[in-house]
Amino acid sequence: MNNIAKIIAQLRETVGNPSQVISDYSKKTGKGVVGCFPYYTPEEIVHAAGMLPIGLWGGETQVAEVHSILPAFTCPIMQSNMEFALRGAYNKLKAVIIPAPCDTLKSIGQDWLYAIPQIKAILLVYPQMRKIEGGVQYLKTEFSRVQKEIEAIIGEPISDQALTRSIEIYNAHRAVMRAFAELAPSYPVTITPSIRHLVIKSSFFMEKSQHTEVVLTLMKELRKLSAEKSSAKKVILTGITAEPDGLLDLFQENGLTVVGDDLAQESRLFRTDVPVGSDPLTRLARQWSLIEGCSLAYDPEKKRGAMIVDLAKKTHADAIILCMMKFCDPEEFDYPILATEFAQAKLPLLYLEVDQQIQSLEQLRTRIQGFAEMINASEK
Amino acid sequence: MGEVLILSEEKLTSKQYLAELSAKHYQDAIDGKKRGELVAWSSSIAPQELCETMGIHVIYPENHAAAIGAKGGALPLINFAEGRGYSVDLCSYARISLAYKDMQECCFENVPLPDLLIICNNICNTLVKWYENLSKELHIPLICIDVPFNTEYEVTQERIDYIKAQFVEAIRQLEEITGKKFDYDRFHEVMKISSRAARSWNKAMKFTQIVPSPLNGFNIFNYMAMMVTNRGRESSVKLFDMIADELGELSQSGQTQFPVEEKYRIMWEGIACWPYLSHNFKTFKQYGINMVGSTYPEAWTLVYDAGDLDGMARAYASVMNNCNLARGIDLRVRILEECKCDGAVYHLNRSCKLMDFMQYQLAKEVFKKTGIPYVVFDGDQTDPRNFAKAQFETRIQALVETMENNKTQRKQN
Repeated sequence: MNNIAKIIAQLRETVGNPSQVISDYSKKTGKGVVGCFPYYTPEEIVHAAGMLPIGLWGGETQVAEVHSILPAFTCPIMQSNMEFALRGAYNKLKAVIIPAPCDTLKSIGQDWLYAIPQIKAILLVYPQMRKIEGGVQYLKTEFSRVQKEIEAIIGEPISDQALTRSIEIYNAHRAVMRAFAELAPSYPVTITPSIRHLVIKSSFFMEKSQHTEVVLTLMKELRKLSAEKSSAKKVILTGITAEPDGLLDLFQENGLTVVGDDLAQESRLFRTDVPVGSDPLTRLARQWSLIEGCSLAYDPEKKRGAMIVDLAKKTHADAIILCMMKFCDPEEFDYPILATEFAQAKLPLLYLEVDQQIQSLEQLRTRIQGFAEMINASEK
Repeated sequence: MGEVLILSEEKLTSKQYLAELSAKHYQDAIDGKKRGELVAWSSSIAPQELCETMGIHVIYPENHAAAIGAKGGALPLINFAEGRGYSVDLCSYARISLAYKDMQECCFENVPLPDLLIICNNICNTLVKWYENLSKELHIPLICIDVPFNTEYEVTQERIDYIKAQFVEAIRQLEEITGKKFDYDRFHEVMKISSRAARSWNKAMKFTQIVPSPLNGFNIFNYMAMMVTNRGRESSVKLFDMIADELGELSQSGQTQFPVEEKYRIMWEGIACWPYLSHNFKTFKQYGINMVGSTYPEAWTLVYDAGDLDGMARAYASVMNNCNLARGIDLRVRILEECKCDGAVYHLNRSCKLMDFMQYQLAKEVFKKTGIPYVVFDGDQTDPRNFAKAQFETRIQALVETMENNKTQRKQN
């Protein structure tokens, strides 16, 4: 096994065994693990406490118990998360942080308090008027409350110095992830769509400076290879997530390679650095005011479409694939606007409805196959 | 935009006055637009005080969509929206409104397109996305009053400070859009009238607490339109005082608006099922069920002292959709008790995720505290495809059986 394969295997092992990650971290550090719900959870505060923030982005499972809490038309990520919680899969967590940038997450935070009382929930609400100073100041007070609740768990204060250090670790991680996303398209054979996703997703289950090191090593190994030739068509992914993995394999199977993304679970996480400043909580709050092109962050100008078109130009993408998370209002509202803008930019668009509880990939396979044939034919 | 205050006939009834005010609301906006005056589209519980102060005509798309739905005209608009790529899973008010923007034709009043937009997301975040799209496609400014969901029982001072900062920003935007200075004296006056209208509304709606209720609960669905569209005006105070007087007279003479004997009293949770309003009412009437409990009376009871911006911010942040589950449970328990309800009907409204995704817990916890039986039915505020008459009728029948058993047991005890 070469070095690249070894790294990939290690990351796969980590992502496949979150329970092990929690036990190992708790044993090694004596500190606990905090589950971080999507989206934009201030992991830096958890990190500064010496705890491990792990991302809770659902997963493939057969939901059953969750139907006593939520209707069937609930976001699949939240159905999975609540199902796992009801089954006790999260019981080793010291707490979960549930932000509320959409109506679904407002409700999930409240449901958690009643349905999962054994695990502490730290709730926070992001401001939508995030660009006015009042919005930044309000968010700072929310983060300050999160900090106090984390401090209560560890029984000691988190210093500004520790928080600043964590912010720098996270910013360094963001920079490395951006560099990886730029480098990956040069190696479409080695970095397949599902491996690209694995490299990014594994950061949810590792301490960030360690993940940075692993990704840096991977990039170093990749650079030793000459750029790989491929006849695959280049696509940009947009949406919340491009899961399950089977979906990404279908892209590969049909000669599609991912050259960039605008996924909430991927690039949106590392596109925007925490800005410089003297007060760490204000810096964290200000980051939210700088985020652009996300369906969950208020933007009457709706810059997202133009940003994706720019990314497509920059990466010479042939097409866009919109992975529509089932029952996701913010994304569903963006779609008609995006579709118009992509059509104006003459970018072919494939709309795929994605669901973590999907029973069969066959329908997706047919649609992806048809789309791949279409973009190949249009070139001839 | 003059007020309709002088009664043209000696014994004008509240029903006539309501119809007059409703027609005038739309006509004023249509005429104003023709004269080149500004028209805003606004969400239903946004601070209307700001536009009222500025003399801007306001149209409420939620109200407009509900009226279209009630008149059976939702489908052409819904189909158009879906043709544009709007998912069937999205709020049907939003789909109707986004379609109306392009079609400008419906079975109800044809309202003018807006020059500006104003929202307050105290009822849902869907508004933010829906109005972003209106703003983008109509190339007009959007004023957003963002009211963070109350994760705590009370509205925190931090939230109040943030909301106040947005009032300041909204006023700045309005001055820029209109080219006029904001008149703070007029604002003070509008605040005073708005609070009086809210008190009058609440007083009138409280008549449902009397047994038997002189108010036919389904009339709340008609009356509330004026709380949405006309809240900052003397004419609303007059209307709701008139309604209260009429209800008082009815009650004193042992009469009621409810057309049959009131055998059961229930709380309705959620928005009306507008396309099936008449069906729902007939089903209730058949069993003598009066909908005396509703969250609507609370929703527009936005009371604060004139000049008190903290109070105004707190009022807008305290509307039920913005409250945490603990407070939501207490509110429903209070309604059930105050209105002496025998049962509760929960509308699992396909359009409203915020209400739906807490509803299972809400219903369970409220039942734990009160023991009052409840049923849930699947429906939608305006999409007629998401409701089945048979399911509704069966659920109501089941509720009636339980309520009857409870009554018999109470008598035996």
